[in-house]
Amino acid sequence: MMENIQATLNERASVTPNRTIKMKTEKVTVHYGQKQALNGIDLEVYERQVTALIGPSGCGKSTYLRCLNRMNDTIDAAKVAGTILLDGENIYDPDLDVVELRARVGMVFQKPNPFPKSIWENVAYGPKIHGLAKTKDELEEIVHTSLKKAGLYNEVKDRLDEPGTGLSGGQQQRLCIARAIAVSPEVILMDEPCSALDPIATATVEELIDELKQNYTIVIVTHSMQQAARVSQQTAMFHLGDLAEVGDTEMMFSNPSDKRTQDYIMGRFG
Amino acid sequence: MTDTTATGAEGRTHSSTNRRDIGIKKRYAAERRFKAYGIFAIVLGVTFLCILLWSVVSKGYTAFFQTEIQVPITFSEEILGTPQDAAENETKLLMANYPQLARDGLIRLLGIDPEDRQAVTAANGLISQGVRTELRDIVMSDLSAIGTTQEVWLYASSQLDSALKGQYDLNVPENRRPISDLQLRYIEELEAKGAIAQNFNWGLFTSGASSRAETAGVGVAIIGSAYMMLIVLALALPIGVAASIYLEEFAPKNRFTDLIEVNINNLAAVPSIVFGILGLAVFINWFGLPRSAALVGGLVLTLMTLPTIIIATRAALRAVPPSIRWAALGLGASRTQTVFQHVLPLAAPGILTGTIIGLAQALGETAPLLLIGMVAFVADYPDTPLDPATALPVQIYMWANEAERAFQERTSGAIMILLGFLALMNLTAIFLRRRFERRW
Repeated sequence: MMENIQATLNERASVTPNRTIKMKTEKVTVHYGQKQALNGIDLEVYERQVTALIGPSGCGKSTYLRCLNRMNDTIDAAKVAGTILLDGENIYDPDLDVVELRARVGMVFQKPNPFPKSIWENVAYGPKIHGLAKTKDELEEIVHTSLKKAGLYNEVKDRLDEPGTGLSGGQQQRLCIARAIAVSPEVILMDEPCSALDPIATATVEELIDELKQNYTIVIVTHSMQQAARVSQQTAMFHLGDLAEVGDTEMMFSNPSDKRTQDYIMGRFG
Repeated sequence: MTDTTATGAEGRTHSSTNRRDIGIKKRYAAERRFKAYGIFAIVLGVTFLCILLWSVVSKGYTAFFQTEIQVPITFSEEILGTPQDAAENETKLLMANYPQLARDGLIRLLGIDPEDRQAVTAANGLISQGVRTELRDIVMSDLSAIGTTQEVWLYASSQLDSALKGQYDLNVPENRRPISDLQLRYIEELEAKGAIAQNFNWGLFTSGASSRAETAGVGVAIIGSAYMMLIVLALALPIGVAASIYLEEFAPKNRFTDLIEVNINNLAAVPSIVFGILGLAVFINWFGLPRSAALVGGLVLTLMTLPTIIIATRAALRAVPPSIRWAALGLGASRTQTVFQHVLPLAAPGILTGTIIGLAQALGETAPLLLIGMVAFVADYPDTPLDPATALPVQIYMWANEAERAFQERTSGAIMILLGFLALMNLTAIFLRRRFERRW
């Protein structure tokens, strides 16, 4: 296991880390009713980098991810406290509407969830509601570029009016990514985007994530440590609602300082 | 891993001849028993359904045919007045003695001596007293008919109709049946002349209430029911859907909304007659709306249908996978956009089905309508929902109380019409569901 990850890390051209802080959280706690799911998380997410959140099931990594674009608001029982900053601005600030926040911080979910509408409508929906295209041609342009960026264009260009739900799982997930980037977000949150995909589709999506980080800041929750090692520059290890350790991905996998991280990466639990 | 398997299997090796008894036979027997119960239940249900349908149809199909007699009618000026008089004074034409025209025509056809009182009475008993309106309509629509003789198909009396349909036992002594030997002879004569026929009974669908079975129909009831269905649809659907969307998608989950939810569920189980009392107290006594009006009936049925629609709509909304909501919210759609652009279209087939089932329930509802005065003798079509009207099930209830045999077949006939409408609505519900259902 360690050898695999080490090999992956060695293969990757080491990138000089960019240290512009895109999002920052301070003492973020989340309660689901009586149960506390996150116990004060301090984390910095750097611009145009991939931050991977790893940890065993139930450790709070998905909960944390959903804090970043206030998706926890949709869960009645969830109570979020602490400070979450996007470009230094509090995302709970009354001046920053949740609709605007989610247009800036997009999300891709664990299970591909295209709308039961045509491929074209799936991608065009976001730009339409935000009024990003003034003319029909502009909208057409946005749809095509988004599909190209998501690496799906060549596969679907002849059937844009067919239902998005008719695509294969991997294609659906890339359609969801295209839909997310169509609104030109600054940050894309991905909640285990490959867990419902086969290895080939996973590889395609991972390549895509690698390309997307040139333009977007990405936070990805993953169960697969190989995936974290392959796609991320920074890794945060969650354990039972705590942030066990955070650091450069290479550091984390080669020389983890926290016992829990060591055990998890070695496959002793999780 | 391999170690544990080995220890677990130790000492418990089974040869194929010495199998463990894990109760397979018992399990299959239980399954067979359960299947038998199920089949028995279905057969029982289907049997009762067949008995019900057979009893209704076998009694009711004759209501769709009405015996008519072809009589040469002389529209004599003696009785009707000249066309000039008629044009000047409509009242005279309205009040003219039309039954006499029919009687004169019939005794001429049968060659009866006008002085033979007994024979004339017997012959007169063969035609419906409803000829008054029938003949009046002919004259009123065309004054030039006055002075001419025309062959007219007249409604036969319900006694003749019932006798021909075999609803009377003709072997009993004459004084114990409603049709006399003389009348039977006349019927034979008319049959020989080919002047008697059983035609399709359009009047059953178009006529209003009447004390004579042969001119009674469900026309007013159909219009009243149609008005009420439109009112229920126009009120219950938007109110119900709005309430459900708010409760399901927007309302905070707290004690108060829980209480509302419990109450809506309870409301669905409230006996319908209670809604009738409510309607009487609120709409008629308090708001001062007219009695017997389709508007009040519609409002009462709306109250009754609302819980059904709300429950169906909430179930349909809940059945939309949350991932669709997340997808829209994650893109920055507002809650309203999410609901109206994504959730509602997906829930629409379920909402439509629920609504149609609610409407069908309302269509068959009788009890609350009795309390708001829709058990009324209404002969004229209601022009607006504020005019007195009846409803199909109420008409059935009223006819079922009539003693005449001819009303019995009409009761069953009206039930068939009502069942027809209900079947049509349910088919529409199934069709809509198939048509609009989307997979995700």
